[in-house]
Amino acid sequence: MSVATSGWLQAGLLVFALAVTYRPLGDYMAHILTSAKHWRVERGLYKLMGVDPEADQTWPVYIRSVLAISVVGILLLYVILRVQDHLMLSLGMPAMQADLAYNTASSFVTNTNWQNYVGESTLGYTAQFLGLAVQNFVSAAVGICVVATLIRGFVRTRTDRVGNFWVDLTRINLRLLLPFSVVFGIILIAAGLPQELSSHLTSVNTVTGGSGSLYTGATGSQEAIKMLGTNGGGIFNANSAHPFESPNGFTNWLEIYLLLCIGFSLPRTFGRMVGSHKQGYVILSVMAVIWAGSAATMTWMEERHWGSALAVAGSSMNGKEVRFGVPGSALFATSTTLTSTGAVNSMHDSYSALGGGTAIFDMMLGEIAPGGTGSGLYGMLILAIVTVFVAGLMVGRTPEYLGKKIRPSEMKYAALYILATPSVALVFTGIAMATGSARRSMNNVGPHGFSEVLYAFTSMANNNGSAFAGLSGNTDFWNTTGGIAMVLGRFLPMIFVLALAGSLAKQRHTPASAGTLQTHTPLFAGLLTGVIFIVVGLTYFPALALGPLAEGLK
Amino acid sequence: MGGGLLDPKMLYTSLPDALKKFDPRVQLKNPVMFVVEVGSVLTTFSALEHPSIFAWTITVWLWLTVLFANLAEAVAEGRGKAQAATLRKTKTETTARRIASFEAGTKGRAGDRGVEAVVSANELKLGDYVVVTAGQVIPGDGDVVEGVASVDESAITGESAPVIRESGGDRSAVTGGTKVLSDEIVVKITTKPGETFIDRMIALVEGAARQKTPNELALNVLLASLTIVFILAVVTLQPFAFFAGAPQSLVILVALTVALIPTTIGALLSAIGIAGMDRLVQRNVLAMSGRAVEAAGDVNTLLLDKTGTITLGNRQASEFVPADGVTIDDLADAAQLSSLVDETPEGRSIVVLAKERYGLRGREVHDAAFIEFTAQTRMSGVDLPDGTQVRKGAANAVRDWVRDNGGHVDPAVGQIVDAISAAGGTPLVVAQVKGSGAQVLGVIHLKDVVKDGIKERFAELRKMGIKTVMITGDNPLTAKAIADEAGVDDFLAEATPEDKLALIKKEQEGGKLVAMTGDGTNDAPALAQADVGVAMNTGTSAAKEAGNMVDLDSNPTKLIEIVEIGKQLLITRRALTTFSIANDVAKYFAMLPAMFAGVFPGLSKLNILHLYSPASAITSAVVFNALIIVALIPLALRGVRYTPASASALLRRNLWIYGVGGLIIPFAGIKALDLVIHLLPGMGR
Repeated sequence: MSVATSGWLQAGLLVFALAVTYRPLGDYMAHILTSAKHWRVERGLYKLMGVDPEADQTWPVYIRSVLAISVVGILLLYVILRVQDHLMLSLGMPAMQADLAYNTASSFVTNTNWQNYVGESTLGYTAQFLGLAVQNFVSAAVGICVVATLIRGFVRTRTDRVGNFWVDLTRINLRLLLPFSVVFGIILIAAGLPQELSSHLTSVNTVTGGSGSLYTGATGSQEAIKMLGTNGGGIFNANSAHPFESPNGFTNWLEIYLLLCIGFSLPRTFGRMVGSHKQGYVILSVMAVIWAGSAATMTWMEERHWGSALAVAGSSMNGKEVRFGVPGSALFATSTTLTSTGAVNSMHDSYSALGGGTAIFDMMLGEIAPGGTGSGLYGMLILAIVTVFVAGLMVGRTPEYLGKKIRPSEMKYAALYILATPSVALVFTGIAMATGSARRSMNNVGPHGFSEVLYAFTSMANNNGSAFAGLSGNTDFWNTTGGIAMVLGRFLPMIFVLALAGSLAKQRHTPASAGTLQTHTPLFAGLLTGVIFIVVGLTYFPALALGPLAEGLK
Repeated sequence: MGGGLLDPKMLYTSLPDALKKFDPRVQLKNPVMFVVEVGSVLTTFSALEHPSIFAWTITVWLWLTVLFANLAEAVAEGRGKAQAATLRKTKTETTARRIASFEAGTKGRAGDRGVEAVVSANELKLGDYVVVTAGQVIPGDGDVVEGVASVDESAITGESAPVIRESGGDRSAVTGGTKVLSDEIVVKITTKPGETFIDRMIALVEGAARQKTPNELALNVLLASLTIVFILAVVTLQPFAFFAGAPQSLVILVALTVALIPTTIGALLSAIGIAGMDRLVQRNVLAMSGRAVEAAGDVNTLLLDKTGTITLGNRQASEFVPADGVTIDDLADAAQLSSLVDETPEGRSIVVLAKERYGLRGREVHDAAFIEFTAQTRMSGVDLPDGTQVRKGAANAVRDWVRDNGGHVDPAVGQIVDAISAAGGTPLVVAQVKGSGAQVLGVIHLKDVVKDGIKERFAELRKMGIKTVMITGDNPLTAKAIADEAGVDDFLAEATPEDKLALIKKEQEGGKLVAMTGDGTNDAPALAQADVGVAMNTGTSAAKEAGNMVDLDSNPTKLIEIVEIGKQLLITRRALTTFSIANDVAKYFAMLPAMFAGVFPGLSKLNILHLYSPASAITSAVVFNALIIVALIPLALRGVRYTPASASALLRRNLWIYGVGGLIIPFAGIKALDLVIHLLPGMGR
């Protein structure tokens, strides 16, 4: 089978699998978020937490709950990493230094999973399982909780209650993430991922003919939630390019499916909850078009590399695993940068300038196609609100989305949301470029060196977590600013989403008429796509011009 | 008043006002233009420090950008000021004849009014009574409590024909500043001096009372955040540029910022708002707030009074239906005979119908006794000298009359009557007593006549997504027939003011915005409850107080125009925003290669316009940015064209014009400017 055929086959099967699971998975998530029944084990947990599962929270209480569990999560993870040498099953690994522990804790709690450390030689089993894996579940669930409140904002009328965070969190973990992780973990293990808790080193032979030894760990079970929860923090530094994390073409394909499936099914959940599947399909189509367009662009950039040697070779295999080839790598790179996952199966830094630039642009879109679990959908819905606002008044009416008016207060929160992430990304990139100690971490000069810094802060601000290589990230400057960027990039938008949800829920429902801008039409989908590209393009164009464009346009 | 076209002379006369607006405290109200002004100050210092032709050119054009924005606002305000000046003339010092006490029914007995004192109009208090006689100006807003007078209201309405104002009923309100032409009236003052209708009108047209509307606020949020994003993008660009080895001068960074932030809409925003109010004033409608105008654009439901709005004022005879054995000519003759001196509109229409359709001329009948209509008999008619009696009137009354005179009533007549009622008409039965017997001759079909073109109007409204509800005191059967004929979506029959209020509340409960017109005092609660309440100027002052708009022409059909103006205002603002944002794409393509192609030759590929030199490219973008404001002032004042259509159709059309147009026009404009500017000194490669 030729490389191109296998590429088409992989992509085709992926689309097919996502299409097949769209309805059942989306409906199931809607059921989780709306069902009135509690499982017995959930009741037990609520009793333990001292939570009344029937009492919904106002948006300030809800966001305080989100922030509380996140602060506690960061502190707990920080302590685990700092005292790892005293914990069991730590394989003799030393404690993590303070700034790196802070960076890592922020990274995993914010669903970013930026890694300034080398997993296999830094962390023992306890830190991996009790520390990181817990956050892989919690941070993924928090994203879905927050988008649930926004959807409820559209559905509910004249109330200040947007849901109960503890109920949402418990249900999403118990009913969705845990069972799915178990099932897919088993499939991954069956497909060849190692799963053991030994403190023995496994001997491996390297391609260059040498040999080395590694702790293999429970990679199979970790890998499932790493992808399913759009986390992306690998046990191994090489992440999904490492043969233990993804040994073959099938696991590569399955991992791409896992990181996309929740994000692409949430529009169905949205459609079901607001009572119009067409609204869900519009959001889905915008996500799908951006995803497919980006995958095609990136594959094309990599297949047709501008450079004589590479042109002769046929394509750019630089930085890619021979097991996956260009299509398998580009598909993975597109999916991981569009979902805030940040797992990688190839070195994005070694992509062609414009291919790598596409990866940066993907993240700049704000992780919305389909984006991280929950966070992708709320980002997309905010952009839909902005689109409705821009387009709605062109028909001469106060704009409405799903029967809710977009008034000054709604617009304020949407605008703040749109402002937050680019501000964090650009300001921190600016600070880094103006700071000598930051620049000393750069191993490359010229536009490529700049692209690496731009990639890093774009990735952290958008909670993606993948990295261009070429930066020595484990320094005071990068650990500290990175930690701040990730926390701001995660929680500022969440605060605005919840405020918006609260504001929407208070409104009464405005019935649609012939004068209402319809939001379930191809015209609206096209408009939304246009607004996304214009907003992002206008914001980041100067930065992109000095990085990937300056490097790539010859 | 002009149709909103820009008179070049106005640009010149508004210049002093525009210059006053350079005050930073004024600019601060408009964040976008404030940033431009701060940028202009920065470049001025920079140009003083490192003078060059390029730096000074950019500096001058940045200042011009601010000036053009000020000019747009000043021109819009200037039009209002001219109107205010005319109004002020009517407000020249008036005196009032205040009376100490007033009791109803003392007309003509001046002694009972207590001591009359001549005071300044400004000293009047609420509840004072004043006497106004022919030739005097009414000193303040109030209600006529006694007397009838013809009043010249041309000062406010522009309509020179005098109107009648009388005590009691719905025509009692008078406005300060208008002139009594005949007779004498006693007016109870209902408004404090300084808050009268004319005072409010002056404040409104001058724009002094203008508050930002919700949509304007929401738009400001969007514009402010876009401004912040672009400032951030430019400020962070400098460290990137340093790293790239191409640090940019302050002049260029400011130029880029100003080109990117939405100056076009920022400059025209307040002009659009003022012009929107102005367009209403031109149609003789006074909106008490900009909010009301915007709400008009959002309205979902229109409550329209049947009489005067949907139908002509009165019922008219449309058909004669003879009873069995009676010729239609006999019926027409009798009907006309009975109506010859009937001065009601219905009576006149019967005479006209008989003449037009059956060639019966009006005639003089001597020695005939005419029987007037009374509420008791519910009939009118005529008794001729030969003993013939003719009657027309309500079916039951006429049937009883025939039986009383020994006649027999054919049951078929009952069927005709029912059929006419079912069709929404009013049946008038005609009968006569001639010689020996009494006999029913037939039935006149009186019909409400729906105004020409009103059905098409309602179809347009439906397309815009607006539901129309007809309000009438008629019975449901009649109401339904007229509703069907006029094409309204719904009707409220046998409506009382309470029903009206309940209907408005019900619609609002469902999240809808409701507009209505009204004139009577009993309309006041509904006018206050409606989102857009248009009071007729002929109405009572209670109605005018309660509504948020006043139609000086007192034309209820105007509600539809008001809705269109509201929509036009919303669309204009948003279309120019889209245009403004779409412009940025071209500006990036002009300016970024100019700034960085020196160090990264590859970026010259982005110079798709092949602009001559970096200096020329940047100057062209800044000049375009300034000139486009001037070019769009007429559009801002006139408003974009609004044609009633569905939301999708409107969106598609406006997206093409302002979105796609906004992408393409600046490319062409900047290229054209570059062809000229590159010839100037200091713009070389």
